[in-house]
Amino acid sequence: MAEPSRRLIAAPVLASLLLFGAWGPSLAQEPPRPAEPVPAAAPEPEARKGVFFPESFMLDNGMQVVVVTNQRVPVITHMVWYKVGAADEETGKGGIAHFLEHLMFKATDELKPGEFSRIVARNGGRDNAFTSWDYTAYFQNVAADRLELVMRMEADRMADLRLTDETVLPERDVVLEERRQRTENEPGDKLSELVQASLFVHHPYGTPIIGWANEIAGLTRDDANQFYHTWYAPNNAVLVVAGDVTVDQVRPLAEKYFGPIAPRPVPARVRVEEPPFAAERRVILRDAEVRQPSLRRLYHAPSYNRGETAHAYPLQVLSEIVGGGATSRLYRSLVVEQRLATSAGTGYSPDAFDTSVFGAYVSPNSGVDMDKLEAALVEQLEKVVRDGVTAEEVATAKTRLEREAIFARDSLRGPAMSFGVALATGRTVEDVEAWPERIASVTVEQVNEAARAVLGQANPVTGLLLPAPVREAAAQPERTGPAAGPSQSNSSGANNSGPNSSGMIR
Amino acid sequence: MMRRLSMPAFLSVLLLAIACFASDARAIDIKRVVSPGGIEAWLVQDSKIPLLAIKFAFDGGVETDPAGKEGLANLASTLLDEGAGPYDSQEFQRRLADNSISISFTATVDGFYSGVETLVETQEEAFELARLALTEPRFDKEAVERMRSGVLAQIRREQGDPDFLARRALYETAFPDHPYGRRARGTAESVQSIKRDDLRAFVRQRFAKDNLTVAVTGDITPEQLGPVLDRIFGGLPEKAEVKPPADTVPKGAGETVLVPRPLPQTVVLMSQPGVKRNDPDWFPATIINYVLGGGSFSSRLMEEIREKRGLTYGVYSYLVPFQHAALVMAGGSTANQNAGTMVDLMKEEWRRMQEQGVTQEELDNAKTYLTGSFPLQFTSSEAVADVLLQVQRDGLGIDYLDRRSDLINAVTLEDVKRVAGRLLDPAALLTVVVGRPEGIEPTRTRDDVPS
Repeated sequence: MAEPSRRLIAAPVLASLLLFGAWGPSLAQEPPRPAEPVPAAAPEPEARKGVFFPESFMLDNGMQVVVVTNQRVPVITHMVWYKVGAADEETGKGGIAHFLEHLMFKATDELKPGEFSRIVARNGGRDNAFTSWDYTAYFQNVAADRLELVMRMEADRMADLRLTDETVLPERDVVLEERRQRTENEPGDKLSELVQASLFVHHPYGTPIIGWANEIAGLTRDDANQFYHTWYAPNNAVLVVAGDVTVDQVRPLAEKYFGPIAPRPVPARVRVEEPPFAAERRVILRDAEVRQPSLRRLYHAPSYNRGETAHAYPLQVLSEIVGGGATSRLYRSLVVEQRLATSAGTGYSPDAFDTSVFGAYVSPNSGVDMDKLEAALVEQLEKVVRDGVTAEEVATAKTRLEREAIFARDSLRGPAMSFGVALATGRTVEDVEAWPERIASVTVEQVNEAARAVLGQANPVTGLLLPAPVREAAAQPERTGPAAGPSQSNSSGANNSGPNSSGMIR
Repeated sequence: MMRRLSMPAFLSVLLLAIACFASDARAIDIKRVVSPGGIEAWLVQDSKIPLLAIKFAFDGGVETDPAGKEGLANLASTLLDEGAGPYDSQEFQRRLADNSISISFTATVDGFYSGVETLVETQEEAFELARLALTEPRFDKEAVERMRSGVLAQIRREQGDPDFLARRALYETAFPDHPYGRRARGTAESVQSIKRDDLRAFVRQRFAKDNLTVAVTGDITPEQLGPVLDRIFGGLPEKAEVKPPADTVPKGAGETVLVPRPLPQTVVLMSQPGVKRNDPDWFPATIINYVLGGGSFSSRLMEEIREKRGLTYGVYSYLVPFQHAALVMAGGSTANQNAGTMVDLMKEEWRRMQEQGVTQEELDNAKTYLTGSFPLQFTSSEAVADVLLQVQRDGLGIDYLDRRSDLINAVTLEDVKRVAGRLLDPAALLTVVVGRPEGIEPTRTRDDVPS
């Protein structure tokens, strides 16, 4: 996944960069440092073989388990990932995956509504969850000796969720408030939603994860129950435990709590193909609350799983060269040399179950004409396609990316996220572990081919966030649905209590 | 990043969490290292991963910016890695990037913070770049103008951010005559007025050995660390020329400030005077805050306003212990038509806590959370160093991690009741609402757009 640049890319821009990132909860404790992270008693990095050195096994009911040992402190992160997300929803039920994520914190046969989180907190832990287009995940960070407690509760709600209208309906209002807070109050996020909907005209990646307001308002307890019973099966889930724990400790507990849950048939994840569009598209959002404009340009790109997958590793190197920080081509050219922009960068994440996105982002310097800025951006992107990148650029970008794998080991959440995302989108533990080697093997010609294939496409979507006269916008009625234009929160951290709850993840 | 005036609210909650340690943190072995040149650092040695995090801070942050030059510390923070010693901006940045070294600077309200992260294999380069950034920053004209443009763009971006507008209105009302009422980034005008000489003076006056605090985590021994400290910090002057502001008490009690904006959702922010970190009532206040709104899904505010009524995605409270003032704050957001209801409910919870304190069960739950969750902070080298640095800056002592659980567990129901009665006062709340709120009678309306 794209490495967030460390400087100068404005946060909102960055967020929209990580289109398929799972970093939903803005409350994520550890920054999503590297993308493909790693772990504990690892051999010397020189080997470059492997990253996190996990152990993995399968329960009899088909639930996969991954354990990453890291003994820095007596703490673990316990995560259950379901291979289902917003892109698996039925038409007309947009937002049900995310809504169900909220409802998973309500009652089971053993727990009262809200008790799950209260028990975790009482035990000194933190819990939360997040939803993306491709997966839904639940996690608890707790002292290592509370593993059994959280596993028992997580298994309980995999099997025995009990929903009532008394808990479902107020929670639906909470989701509508979440949508207002994340999207409707934030012009930049509104534009992200619009641009995404324009890039994916037919594919469900064009529908916001949280759903459109009008559809959220119509979701019911039955919808949630149906989604739950269709997808939340052990054979459609992955358990990842990282931290001060060994596979010998995890295995008997996983067999005891998740093992008895019977497997059942789960639908194939059939996703429609986005038809080819030759047309270039522009999305312009004028909003009275915008005082600093911005511009983004997005292209369809292959992921690890769909399209010309051979481009997935070269595209990560390409993104680093073109838009990875203060020494990247875009920053040097647009910010330092031409002084047209105050920030510039690119984003690419290869982790999607289906096709992915490559994006470039710029924010103009004061008084700079947006057309001129756009022309300068396009010129830089075309130059990459036309002239290619240099051997030196590829070499330094690869070194940086490979070193990120070492930093990735310095966290609990990073490794757990990497395996969760990979396994929930159809990849393997070995794929994650092989990341540094695969990056190391990328050649100049592969980067150039990938650049031509992606940046050479004739149908990018350009999104413009522009100021509007104050009165005009203020006079508009409040509208929230598609009528007002799509808006989108990337991966929607469902249950976190707003941007404010700090380390209080949930 | 912790205490900046303009910080997102969640950061201050983070600060609170950081300021409160837990028991199992005993697993953390902290060594006090004093370099041959007399520079002190706290070290947690950890050789499992070949990397190193160095965190340090100088007293004197945004609040010591000269009048008319607001935003000086912030602008300086953007420029220290934009060219130093023999390297111009692009060369300095290239050396950072090619070696995967991260050096960051952040101007906060009460301090100027920095972090250096490096792999062991590139540490020599990291130490040298850090030394140059602190002692020989260039402030080349090109870099100054570029970063100034960047800051001005951030200021413009914030003008449309309802959370920023709420914080601005609240801090300006609470601290009308004090540097805490100013914006960390300054205004367009003040940022324009900052000259290269101001930046040079900033470095000369603010960075010194006598206002420096250092924390280190990672793959380095105490013996190796001593010379490194001298290498990075040895060239600094002995004494800083920083004049801290006077202590102050927040104002605006009972006021309700409306900032009308064309938004579908109203952002609510409230505050009243709080407790400083060195207040003997700090832990009772921490427990009160946890039960009231600091405990995420376990808090009363969340239970009443989100869980029972579905009025919000998030509502929370937190303590803000500045060095020269303190606040208890609360905030959240809701659809415009529910704003009045939400504010009333928040005040009602304030009153209930003031009059009744907490139950035994709430007290017990708060204690197990506050002690048990503490080690969760220690999951990365950076995070460990952050905690070490803040414990030093708060003057809590090197044994604080061992004592923290006992301090929390010693709090009684009576302590909580007494402190809640003293601390919380719904009539003293300053309320700010941004949006088109219904059901709220403002005492004042501000519809200016910040410059």
